[in-house]
Amino acid sequence: MKGIAGSKESNDCLITIESANSTTIEINSIVGAFFYDQIMETVKETLAENNITNVKVIVDDKGALDYTIKSRLLTAIERMKEDV
Amino acid sequence: MFRSLLFIPGNNPSMLQNADVFLTDAVIFDLEDAVSIKEKHNARNLVKNYLQTSTVLPKQVVLRVNSVDSIYFGEDIKLLKTKKIDYLLIPKMNKETMHKVDIVLNDFERKNNLEQIKLIALIETAQGINEIDYFAENKRLSALFLGGEDLANDLEIKRTDSNNEIHYARSRVIFSAVANGIIPIDTPYTDINNVEGLRKDSEQAKELGMKAKASIHPNQLEIINEVFSPSMDEIDWARDIVRLSKENSDIGVFQYKGKMIDKPIIEKAEKIINKAKQFGIM
Repeated sequence: MKGIAGSKESNDCLITIESANSTTIEINSIVGAFFYDQIMETVKETLAENNITNVKVIVDDKGALDYTIKSRLLTAIERMKEDV
Repeated sequence: MFRSLLFIPGNNPSMLQNADVFLTDAVIFDLEDAVSIKEKHNARNLVKNYLQTSTVLPKQVVLRVNSVDSIYFGEDIKLLKTKKIDYLLIPKMNKETMHKVDIVLNDFERKNNLEQIKLIALIETAQGINEIDYFAENKRLSALFLGGEDLANDLEIKRTDSNNEIHYARSRVIFSAVANGIIPIDTPYTDINNVEGLRKDSEQAKELGMKAKASIHPNQLEIINEVFSPSMDEIDWARDIVRLSKENSDIGVFQYKGKMIDKPIIEKAEKIINKAKQFGIM
């Protein structure tokens, strides 16, 4: 199962999430040097809030704020659930 | 109270994160026409999380939801739970739509213990214009908003710079709004780069009685705010009238620069002062 949401436009991010044997999070961000930990925290929090485990998450970030990352991840999760 | 309202597509993070800095009286976060079918969910999530987490929001927040007859309306109104939305903008308003929206919102507000949400009616069909007096008196409504482009489509006519084709609709919206003590809002001017056209269009709408105008680009706000604000000459005049009315409170009528001033003129002056204060001009 796989879900994708967002875009590579400025201030947005493209998030891909798919089923896996364990949870891994990959972050590629234009502001990763400054905000890697914060983005990681947002992703982990959102996954935990939605009881999501055993997924591979790839965040391709173009400077998105926390609420944008969370929103895109939520939509990607919903799309993954629909992808059966 | 509005002079200007700015549409922002609900799925555009760049515009969302700047929403509080635009010089507009209200921002309309659009979940309807500006969002494609497959992105409805995405846009709703984005606007919801923006409203929930942003510490600084626009002065007034309007949410344009999808049609009450669509499968999206029920999900759209869940954003009211954020308690950050001042008005819902309801598309394709007519008598039946108002009735349905009222029923759905009453039920939703009761179940979620929410206060009654105020509405802005987007009138963009011939049926909506014809039925305007049947729904404009609904207590939820704060404004009537003319959607000129969709109305022209419905009538199968071309929009022109003369605006002759929407003169009747503008007048219906204005008369119905004013008669019910709510705000008439004019249709956006869609030629974004035509500054003179925007000014002329705004002045024409104001002359007819429109009190505010929607915009589709931040660059339009300065002219719209200017046109729909009281001018400094009007404010000076109003100040004089209000001052003289207090000085002549024992008599009903007095003269100012050779012109008779009575109750309607004094009320007009008070409205100008009130508007100027609301918009931070004085």
